[in-house]
Amino acid sequence: MNSGVFAPWRWEALWNSRQEFIDAFFVTVEVSVFALILALILGITFGLFSSGNNKILKGIARVYVEFFQNTPLVLQVLFMYYGLLYAGVDLSKEQIGIIGLGVYTGAYISEVVRTGITSIPYGQTEAALSQGFTHLQAMTYIILPQSVKIALPPLVNQMVALIKNTSVLAMIAGGDLMYRSNAWASNGTLSYGPAYLTCGILFFCLCFPLTYFAKRYEQKLKNRAAASNKEVSAE
Amino acid sequence: MIKLVNVNKYFGNLHVLKDVNLEVKEGEKLVIIGPSGSGKSTTVRCMNFLEEPSSGEVYIDGELLTHKNKTELVRRTSAMVFQQFNLYPHMDVLRNLTLAPIKLQKKSKAEAEELAMKYLRLVGLEDKAHVYPGTLSGGQQQRVAIARALTTQQKIIIFDEPTSALDPETVQEVLDVMIRLSEENITMVVVTHEMGFAREVADRIVFMDEGRIIEEGTPEHFFTNPENERTKAFLGKILRQ
Repeated sequence: MNSGVFAPWRWEALWNSRQEFIDAFFVTVEVSVFALILALILGITFGLFSSGNNKILKGIARVYVEFFQNTPLVLQVLFMYYGLLYAGVDLSKEQIGIIGLGVYTGAYISEVVRTGITSIPYGQTEAALSQGFTHLQAMTYIILPQSVKIALPPLVNQMVALIKNTSVLAMIAGGDLMYRSNAWASNGTLSYGPAYLTCGILFFCLCFPLTYFAKRYEQKLKNRAAASNKEVSAE
Repeated sequence: MIKLVNVNKYFGNLHVLKDVNLEVKEGEKLVIIGPSGSGKSTTVRCMNFLEEPSSGEVYIDGELLTHKNKTELVRRTSAMVFQQFNLYPHMDVLRNLTLAPIKLQKKSKAEAEELAMKYLRLVGLEDKAHVYPGTLSGGQQQRVAIARALTTQQKIIIFDEPTSALDPETVQEVLDVMIRLSEENITMVVVTHEMGFAREVADRIVFMDEGRIIEEGTPEHFFTNPENERTKAFLGKILRQ
């Protein structure tokens, strides 16, 4: 039999097991979506904390960000997995993945949010306060809408990183795309070539549209600004 | 209307306001002058608690301004015009003007827009209602900022060096608008280096130096026979230019 890495019979074997890959793909999508929701909630909350005036909240945000940015994600997930196992907390591997990835990515998103907020001149906040808006209203109407433009590209980078990082679930046999691709190949025909290539293509299919649409959106914002400039000079 | 009583302000170790006592009366046009770093801006920023005094009291209409009631009290009494305009760049001019009336004063959109157009006409920019601030000149932006302050229909408008960031040729268009405003029954507190404007508009001028109020009086008093040596030196320097 042809033993090449990408030999046709290997592809045939993969095609016959396609349901396994499809299932794994959706586990990865599911973990990504829920982890992203958690990461956004944590990221915006701690981002607001670290750009605000309250020293205690600022400190808490700092500790959170530094801790999760400066230890490996794999270690965090393993630690949670075994820690919770010992503590007798019964969570599925997907749930552990969602929490682990959400908390980790939240730390990065928090920094993105903080940078977005602090890059808006403080005069904007002062103008809002002088009109009688509360800090929260100033954030909602004035600061955050302006920060989105600045924060969007790095935010999408974080989303893409999160999707790719679901692969650490493979360390705890998480049923995700990375794990199942690897498991399928090593338990059966050793068809690593087609398994990894398929795995890679599926990840690409998830991530590329995100970066593509983010670029389009950025371009749209730039065009809009240019258009309103033109309008004025035409007058 | 606004009363500062023994207001002190520290920025770290820097003592920027030293026992400032000042009362602004209803309808009064008060102009504060003085060299840079003399505490003029900090004084007016204490009036709406953009800076909270380190010690001393601020009263608005007899009511003590505190950290707790500042938002609510500021909301119904004063508006501010800044050196750097601080228009909201992500909204068109009309939206800049109507945001606070709609969100805070619960006016209907139509009502707020009608008011906004009235004040845009007053500052001569009714044709700019639908452009974004970034496309306007500095002088136009500041006129929009003045219209924004007016649209909230507050009793007091605080101007913090409104012409200091402008090109020389656009200073006058902003001053003209402010002079027109001074004929209305609005209380105006103006920090400025424009002595011509002070002379023409002020009911009372306050001279500050090194965090203290050194001298106050009518424009005639200031420009004919100021008493304090420092006032004389300052006016001498600035009027010779």
